[in-house]
Amino acid sequence: MIRDVAIRYGFLALLFGLVGFFAAAAQGFASPQSAVFIFQSVAITGVLALGVTATLVVGGFDLSIGSVATSAMMAAAYVMVVLEQNALVAILVCLLIGAAVGLINGFLIVYTRVPDLLATLGMMFLLVGLQRIPTEGRSIATGMTMPDGSVANGKFSDAFLALGRHRFDFFIPNLVPVSVVVLIVLALLIWFFLEYTRFGRMMYAVGSNERAAELAGAPVKAYKIWAYVISGIFASIGGILLAARLGRGDIASGNNLLLDSVAAALIGFAVLGAAKPNAFGTAIGALFVGVLLQGLTMMNAPYYTQDFVKGAVLVVALVFTFALSNRGKR
Amino acid sequence: MAEDAVFRVAGLRKSFGPIQVLGGVDLELRSGEVIVLMGANGAGKSTLVKIVSGVYQRDGGQMVLAGVDYRPASPAEAMRAGVVTVHQNINDGVVATLDVATNLTLDRLNGAGAPLLYNPRRIRREAQAVAERMGLDIDLGAAIADLSLADRQMVAIARAMAHEPKVLILDEPTSSLSSSEANRLFALIDRLRERGVAILYISHRMSDIRRLADRIVSLRDGQIAGVFVEKPLDYEAAVNAMLGQAMGRRTIEPRTADRTVFAAENLKLADGARPFSLSLGDGEVVAITGLVGVGKTALAETLFGARRPLGGTMTLNGVAYAPASPGEAIAAGVYLVAKDRSENGIVRDFNVYENMSLPFLRRLSAFGISRRRAERALARRQIADLGIVCRSERDDMATLSGGNQQKVMVARWMAQGAALFMLDEPFQGVDIAARHDIAARLRASAAGRATLVFVTELDEALETADRILVMSEHAIVGEHVNAGIDMDRLLAEVAGQGARNAA
Repeated sequence: MIRDVAIRYGFLALLFGLVGFFAAAAQGFASPQSAVFIFQSVAITGVLALGVTATLVVGGFDLSIGSVATSAMMAAAYVMVVLEQNALVAILVCLLIGAAVGLINGFLIVYTRVPDLLATLGMMFLLVGLQRIPTEGRSIATGMTMPDGSVANGKFSDAFLALGRHRFDFFIPNLVPVSVVVLIVLALLIWFFLEYTRFGRMMYAVGSNERAAELAGAPVKAYKIWAYVISGIFASIGGILLAARLGRGDIASGNNLLLDSVAAALIGFAVLGAAKPNAFGTAIGALFVGVLLQGLTMMNAPYYTQDFVKGAVLVVALVFTFALSNRGKR
Repeated sequence: MAEDAVFRVAGLRKSFGPIQVLGGVDLELRSGEVIVLMGANGAGKSTLVKIVSGVYQRDGGQMVLAGVDYRPASPAEAMRAGVVTVHQNINDGVVATLDVATNLTLDRLNGAGAPLLYNPRRIRREAQAVAERMGLDIDLGAAIADLSLADRQMVAIARAMAHEPKVLILDEPTSSLSSSEANRLFALIDRLRERGVAILYISHRMSDIRRLADRIVSLRDGQIAGVFVEKPLDYEAAVNAMLGQAMGRRTIEPRTADRTVFAAENLKLADGARPFSLSLGDGEVVAITGLVGVGKTALAETLFGARRPLGGTMTLNGVAYAPASPGEAIAAGVYLVAKDRSENGIVRDFNVYENMSLPFLRRLSAFGISRRRAERALARRQIADLGIVCRSERDDMATLSGGNQQKVMVARWMAQGAALFMLDEPFQGVDIAARHDIAARLRASAAGRATLVFVTELDEALETADRILVMSEHAIVGEHVNAGIDMDRLLAEVAGQGARNAA
C-alpha cells in the first residue's frame, strides 16, 4: 500500500518538497516573478515535449523535434528578413514545415518500415543541414549580406516579436509572457485530446497493442502518421516561440531542445504512477526540470552542473517508472 | 521390448501453480524409430519437450537415458548427455548473421576446452566434416540470412546432429516449410533413423505423420491418451484419442436456420487450395473444426477483412460483401473475437471497460469526446451478463483469470448487435466453467445473427454448435448436423481422408 502511494504521488511530493526547499533556502524564489521565469524557461521545451508525447503514446519516438524547431526558427527569420513578408506568413510557413516533416516521418515509419528512432534521426540530420543551405551557414538578422552580395533589408515584424516579448497582466502588470500562455493552452489541448477523445484513446490502444487495435477496426497507420504530424506541428510552434524570443535566426541556438524535451516527456512517465506517456506528466516533468534549475541557479550552483542535474533527475524518474511500478514488469 | 528403449520416461509430472500440465506421462523411445507425438494446443506437448530438453525441471517421475538416470539442469547439459532438440521456430536454431560453417560448429565455440582464438580454417574443416556426415549439400560460406527456411532448418538439424545424439526431438519442424522442402527434411530424417537415432517427432500435420511415423502417441490434457504401434497405423484412432471427443459432453438440440445471413461462393484461401462455398443462417451456431494449420484462422481473417481471398465472392444479408479492412467489416456488422487474446485482443494498458469499448468508441462518444459514463454502464451490463468475476469495471486486465479475460474479449464484441459473429479459438486457455458459460451465452444470444466458431478440439465444437464444418488443407471438406454425428466420417475428414477422396 505504501509502495502504491509512493509510486503514485512520489514524484509530485518530490516537486513540492523541492519548491518548499528552494523557497526557504533561496531568497526571492517564492515570488510571482520567479514562478513566471520558471514557466518561461521551460515553455519551449515543454511545447516540444508535449509533441513528442503524442508519438510516445502510439509506441513511437520522434528525435527530429529539436531540428524541426530550429528549422522553423530559421524559416521564420528567412521569410521576414529576406523575403520581407509579414508575421502571419512566417507563422504559416513554420506550421507547414512542421506538418510536412511530421507527414514525411510518418510515411517513412509506417510505409517504408524504417524503425522510428532511425527515421527521425535521419530526418534530424537532414534538417540540421537543410536549414543552413539558404544562407550558406550564416545566421539571419536584418542587414545581413546574402550569398549573392545583396543586403537583406526585411525585419522581424513587431507582431511576431510580441510572441516572444509581450507579457499579459495577471494580478501584477506585465507578468505572464505569451510563450507561457501558449504552453498552458497546448498542454490543456493535448491533455484533453489524449484523455477524453476517442482518437486519443485509440492512440493509446495502438501504442499498447497494435494488433489488437487493428482487429478492433482502428486505422492504425493513419493514427501513427497523425501522431508524427502532431509532433511536427508542436515542434514548429516551439520554433516560432524561439524565433520570437531571439529576434533573429540564430544558427547556434536550440542545441539542447531535443534532449530537454525528451527528458521532460520521459520524466512524465513517473508522475502519478502512470508508467506511460501522458500530457499531464510531461507538463509536470518540464516544470520539474525548470524548478530544479531555477532553484539551483538562485543558490549559485554553476551553470555547467545543469546537464548533470537533468540527467540525474531523468534516471531517478525512469527507475520510478520501470523498477518500482508493476506495469514496468509485465 | 522395454529393454530396447534408449530413452524412457515414467510418470512424468509438471504443474505451473495450481494448473497441472503433465499428469504422469510414460514414453519410450527406441533407436532407429520415429515416434510421432500428437496433441491439441495445451495438451502439454511443449512442456514435455521442455522438460526433456532441460528447459524446465520436472515435479515428479523418472527419466532414464541409456540405462542411466537422466536429470538435465539446463539445455546445454541435456545436449551433452545426448538429447538434442530442434525447436519449432527455425530462427532459434541458427544465427542469421553468421555463415553456415560457423553455425554448424557454433556449440564448439563455447564451453570448457574451446580454444580462445577463432580459427576460420579449422571451423571450416570441422563444418565440412559435419556436413558430409549429414549429407548436407549447402555452400558452407553462405550467410544464413540468404538461405531458404528449409535450408536453415537443415543447418539447425545438422548442427544438432554434430553432437552425435542418442535422442533427437523435432518440434513441429515442417510448420513453415513448403511440401518440397518438407520432403528434403523427411529424407534427412530417414537417414538419421537408419543411423540408429531415436526420434521424437511432434506434429499436427497428417501428411508428415503418415510419411514418418513408426509409432504414434496421442497426448491429451497432460496424459497419454493412446499409443498406436500396430501396422498399418490407425491414424483416425490417433486423432480421436488426441481430440478426445464424447466424454461427459452436453448434448444440444440443433437448430436450423430459415434465412441465410452470410454466404461465400468458391472462396479460395491459399495457393493450390480447393475453392469452397459456405452458407450461414440466422440464429444458428456453426463450428468449423480441423487440425492446427489447415486454414481456420485464414478463413476467419478473410471474412473479417484482415486478409484478402485469392478468389470467390461473399454476400452479407444479400448484399455483396468484400471488406478491405477490419474497420469496414465491423461497420458491416461482422465481428471477430481473434484467437490468442494476449496477442490479438487485450490492450494491457487499458482496464476492463476500456478494453470492452475499444471497437465501438465511435458509437460511445459524442463529437469525438468519449463518454466514459456510457462506457462504464455498458461494461457493467456485460460483466453481469457474462458473469465476469472482477471487483469492478475499472480493474486491470492482468488481475483477471484467463477465463475471465476471455469473457471480456467476448463481451467486447457482444456489446453491439452483429450480423455475423465469429470467434477464433474462443476456448483457448479457458477453464471448463468459463468455457461452458461462454458457449451457453453464445447459444442463448444467437437469434438475429449468424455465429461462427473456429475450434481445433472436437469436444468444443460438439458442445457449442448446431452444425459442424470440417476444414482440411484450406478448404471445407465436410458438413455435419450436430445430432447423431457419424464420428468415423468426421474423424476421417479431420485426418484428411475426406479431402483426398473428394479431390
